[in-house]
Amino acid sequence: MDVVVQNVTKKYGSQKAVDDISFTVKTGEIVGFLGPNGAGKTTTMKAITGFFAPDNGDIRVGGISVSENPVEVKRLIGYLPETNPLYQEMGVIDYLFYVARLQGLEKERIPDRIREMVSICGLAGEKHKKIGELSKGYKQRVGLAQALIHDPAVLILDEPTSGLDPNQIVEIRELIKRIGKQKTVILSSHILAEVEATCDRILIISKGKIVANGTPADLRKQAQGHELLKVTIEGAPRNDIFSALKALDGVKLVNPIEGTAGSFEIESREGMSNRRQVFTLCVSKGWFLTELTPVETKLEDIFRELTMN
Amino acid sequence: MKHTWIIAQRELHTFFDSLTAYILLVLFLGFSGFFTWLFGADVFLVGQASLQGFFGIAYWTLFFFIPAITMRMFAEEKRSGTIELLLTRPVTDWQIVTGKFLAALVLIAIALALTLPYYFTVWSLGPVDHGAVWNGYLGLLLMSACYISIGLFTSSVTNNQIVALLSSLFIGIFFHLLFGLLANGLSGLPGKISGYLSLQSHFESIARGVLDTKDIVYFLSLIFAGLFATELVLVRRNITDNV
Repeated sequence: MDVVVQNVTKKYGSQKAVDDISFTVKTGEIVGFLGPNGAGKTTTMKAITGFFAPDNGDIRVGGISVSENPVEVKRLIGYLPETNPLYQEMGVIDYLFYVARLQGLEKERIPDRIREMVSICGLAGEKHKKIGELSKGYKQRVGLAQALIHDPAVLILDEPTSGLDPNQIVEIRELIKRIGKQKTVILSSHILAEVEATCDRILIISKGKIVANGTPADLRKQAQGHELLKVTIEGAPRNDIFSALKALDGVKLVNPIEGTAGSFEIESREGMSNRRQVFTLCVSKGWFLTELTPVETKLEDIFRELTMN
Repeated sequence: MKHTWIIAQRELHTFFDSLTAYILLVLFLGFSGFFTWLFGADVFLVGQASLQGFFGIAYWTLFFFIPAITMRMFAEEKRSGTIELLLTRPVTDWQIVTGKFLAALVLIAIALALTLPYYFTVWSLGPVDHGAVWNGYLGLLLMSACYISIGLFTSSVTNNQIVALLSSLFIGIFFHLLFGLLANGLSGLPGKISGYLSLQSHFESIARGVLDTKDIVYFLSLIFAGLFATELVLVRRNITDNV
C-alpha cells in the first residue's frame, strides 16, 4: 500500500515545521527519515497518521485521502509515537486487547493475534505485568506490539529503538526488516547507522524541507562527485612526494596526514580519478607505493553537509 | 456506537481497577445515607414516606463528585500523551467524547442504583408517591449528565487535573446555584433568562413529579452543548497554532 505525501505544509504559529514536502513510499519499502532534532520528522509522521490535518496539501494511503476519510486511513496504519505513550495502570494483555478492539479486529481473532504479538515482540515473560511496572525496553516492545496488532499495511515508527539496549536494538531492527518485506514502513531516527542498516531508502529532512532522497549508495555518490584516496609512498623525502603529487593533472588537493612518514589524502577534481596517475608516478620515480585506498564518504559527512548550512 | 462502548469499557475498568470508583461510591452512599436517615431533616423527622430529603442531598453530593470523576478523563491523557494514540485509532472524535461520557454516566447510574434500597425501605414505611421517586432519579441522572459533559469539556482544555476540577466546579455552580439566585434578584428579561438557565428550577420541577418536555429539552441541550464543546476542543488540533 503506497503512501503518497503531496505538498504538505504544517505551521506552528508563524514557523513552518514542514514546508511543502512531497514524497512517495511504495509497498515493501522501508524508508528512513533522517534529520536533526526539530527538522519536521515527527510532524510529517503525525500528519500521515491523521493525528492532525496539514495546513496545505494532502496525504494518500493506498489511494485514500487522510483529510477526506481519516477513519479509514487510520485502520490501515500502525503507529508508534516518539514518546511511546501507554496507559501505565493497564496490564499488557488488557491493553493489547483494548487496542485490537479499537482497531476493529473481530473478537474471536484477538486472542490469537495477542499471542502472536507477545511472541514476536518477546513479551512472554512480562505479559502479566502492568505496563507501569515494565522497564523502558519492554515498554517499547509493548508500543511496537500495539502498532502491529491489527496487521497494518503501513507502519509508522517514530524512533523505534530509542531507549533500547544494543541487543534489543539489533532484535528490533531485524523485526522491522522482516515485517517490512510485505508492508510499507516509514521510520525516523537520528542514528545514521540504524537507518543505513534497516532502510532501503533515506529521506533527509532539514528545516522542514527534504534535502536528499535516495538509497544510501545514491546519497554517497550525490554528495561526493569526486574521489578521495589515501596513499602512502616511500622512497623519497616527504616534501618531494608532496609537490610531485600536487603537480598531477586530476589532483585538486593533497593533505599530508599528520603523524605519518609518507601518507597523504588526495582529493580529485570533479569526475576524475587519480589512481593510475599515482601508480605511474611512483613507477617512473622508482618510489614504493605501499598503500592506495579509496576513502568512502561516510553517511555522517553527507548528513552534516546537507543539514548544517 | 461499538467503538463508543469499547472506550467506555476501558474507562470503567480504570475506575474499578483503581480505588477511585470505590471511594466515590462509599462516600456518596455514606453522605446521602447519613443525611437521609440519621441527621438533619431526615425521613423520621419529616415523618413522611418520601425521598425528597435524599434527592436534596444527592443534588449537592453529585455536584461535587462528578468533576472528580471527569477531571482526569482528558487531562490525564493529554499529560501522558496517550491522547495521541487514541486520536490515531480508527475512531471519530465524537466517539471518543461520547465513550468517556458514557463511562462516567454508567458509574453515576451504579451509584444511584445502590441507593434503591432507600426507596424500598421508605416504601415499607408508608405510602410513597412512586412517580415522584422515579422522576427524582431521572432528574438526578439528567443533572449528572449535564455536569459530566461540563466536566469533560474542562478536562479537555487543560492537561492539569486540578485546573479541570476547579473550572468544572466554577462553571457548574452557575447552573447549580447562581442563576437561580440571580433569577430571584433580577426582574424583566435578565431575570427570565437566568431563571431558565438555572438547573435547580428544572431539577425541582422534575423531582416534584412533573415530567415536562421543557425541562427535558433544557437538560439535553446542556448535555449536548458540553459534548460538542469538548469535540470542538479535540478538533482544534487540526488548526495551526493549537497542537
